Amino acid sequence: MPPGPDGTLASVERRAVPSGSPPTPHPDAGRPVALSPVGRGRVGSVWRKRATIALFLLPAVALYILFVLVPIFQGAYYSVFDWNGLAPLTDFVGLDNYREALADPDFLASVRHVFVIVGLSLVLQLPFALGLAVLLNRKFRGRAVLRLLFFLPYVLAEVITAVVWKLILQPGGMGDRTLELLGLGAFSHLWLADTGVVLYTMFLVITWKYFGFHMILYLAGLQQIPQELQEAAAIDGASKWKTFRHVTLPLLGPTIRISVFLSIIGSLQLFDLVWVMTGGGPLDASNTMAVYMFDRGFQRSRFGYGSAVAVLVFLLCFVFALGYQRFVLRRDVRGALTSMGAA
Amino acid sequence: MTAAVVTRRRPVRRKVSRGAAYAIGVGVALVIVVPIVYAVLGGFRTTGQISARPVALPDPWVFENYREIVTSGDFWRQVFNSVVIAAITLAVVVPCASMAAFVLARYSFAGREAVYIFFTLGLLFPLAVAILPLFISLRTFGLLDSWYGVALPQAAFALPTTIIVLRPFFRSIPAELEEAAAIDGCGPFRFFWRIVLPLSRPVLATVSVLAIVTSWNAFLLPLIVLNSPDLWTLPLGVQNFSTQYSSDTARILAFTSLSMVPALVFYVIAERQIVSGLASGAVKG
Repeated sequence: MPPGPDGTLASVERRAVPSGSPPTPHPDAGRPVALSPVGRGRVGSVWRKRATIALFLLPAVALYILFVLVPIFQGAYYSVFDWNGLAPLTDFVGLDNYREALADPDFLASVRHVFVIVGLSLVLQLPFALGLAVLLNRKFRGRAVLRLLFFLPYVLAEVITAVVWKLILQPGGMGDRTLELLGLGAFSHLWLADTGVVLYTMFLVITWKYFGFHMILYLAGLQQIPQELQEAAAIDGASKWKTFRHVTLPLLGPTIRISVFLSIIGSLQLFDLVWVMTGGGPLDASNTMAVYMFDRGFQRSRFGYGSAVAVLVFLLCFVFALGYQRFVLRRDVRGALTSMGAA
Repeated sequence: MTAAVVTRRRPVRRKVSRGAAYAIGVGVALVIVVPIVYAVLGGFRTTGQISARPVALPDPWVFENYREIVTSGDFWRQVFNSVVIAAITLAVVVPCASMAAFVLARYSFAGREAVYIFFTLGLLFPLAVAILPLFISLRTFGLLDSWYGVALPQAAFALPTTIIVLRPFFRSIPAELEEAAAIDGCGPFRFFWRIVLPLSRPVLATVSVLAIVTSWNAFLLPLIVLNSPDLWTLPLGVQNFSTQYSSDTARILAFTSLSMVPALVFYVIAERQIVSGLASGAVKG
């Protein structure tokens, strides 16, 4: 984004130069000055610069340490205690909490559920979002309205989404009745009460809520691709599909990789929707890691154990993010260049 | 000859594909809109009507559900709490993040990139992961059951994205402007306040809108921090209402629909900022 329209720039410049003083040419004029205007050799100004930097950074750093870092490290500390959150921290148990979590079938099931949702998102939700982005990238009447609608669920609160869908999906509710009216009555299920179905139901609601977000990312990416490239491919006789496959898709690579990353990180911490719709049930069939952690930590007052689960979730996020950064995102610059050469 | 074939074939094909595009677009739009309309209309029915005929218009229209909610204080108090918490979050995160981003964008100093990475690492610490120790910390600080107990952690967790979006923008402000200001004896504070911030209005609007949306929809943090119903935000209210009246579908739908209204209005007003903010945050970050 450019820093405001030219009008603003000019007016600010005018304001910055008081009308009284004639505009004296500065020795450095025209040359890009080092990022800082202060600190031209005088000792005092070096200190002034340091003070300025410290002062500007202080509020953010303090807030960040106090409410982000301290809790994270404290959580790691609590995780080696058996602790109900109230009594003094005395019952040191070493890595027992971790051992228990890794041996608990409920926890492992919650990890598996999250992986199922990640897998389904990558295979179904993101391609769906990409398809709609390609659709909306063409010019046709009503496009703006569709974009506004598709993105709307993302703005609604998770709780609201969950409550409405829970009511729609209740047995004999609006969802089942609609299927019947469409002649698909055989498809109706106990959407939220059948342990074999609930996870997939959850995935559908997740898709409803979040595909618009990924679609917007893809749209932004598509709009950065110069039209000439696709035109050139068309002139060379490439079919629409071939142009998409060999020109558009590679150029969209960086956007897709970011969207995959955000989708996975988002799934790993899924809580609100699941908590309100099913509470992780029935019989833990829709439990996610975050729901499991919340349930063990707050509901059963096992803060030490819950913290150990949190550390495990965090490690999973961290390892994934580092690996992704290292092996997937790193290729971005080179990938974009080589595929452009190939096209 | 080929040219003739192409010109004859194309319009038909284009029409077909345009038709298909419309069909898909409208189909998806229906899947989005129908649940929302169902909720809004359901609020105008009785639970008896809804269970007798799940898919139907109100017959007769019932205004009781909505009237009761609008005239009771609960709903409005929750709206008020949500507004106040979003406002505090905003008032904390935007100044803190823009000051930090300003220094990180326009000063060169040892460890600058380290500080930047220090902040961006925060993207890996989702609030959900820190929620248990955060609860303990807030209890220690005496911030439980208060607006600040929700707003301050929210602001802290919003710092990374906000700084990531602001920094490249601040960096793109031409150095000549800073020189000119320095010649006129304008120190870093004045430069930041009088020149950088006014120039950055669009991007500040973007990050503000994102922070507001996140705060407005937040559930987990308010859930553990806000104990007394007087302080509940809208999402807590919706959740509680839906369990309290679990057998009264119509009332739940009315309450839920009403609580959608502020977000929808805000979305229609600020759609551009939301969309551009998410896109720029993700593409650059």
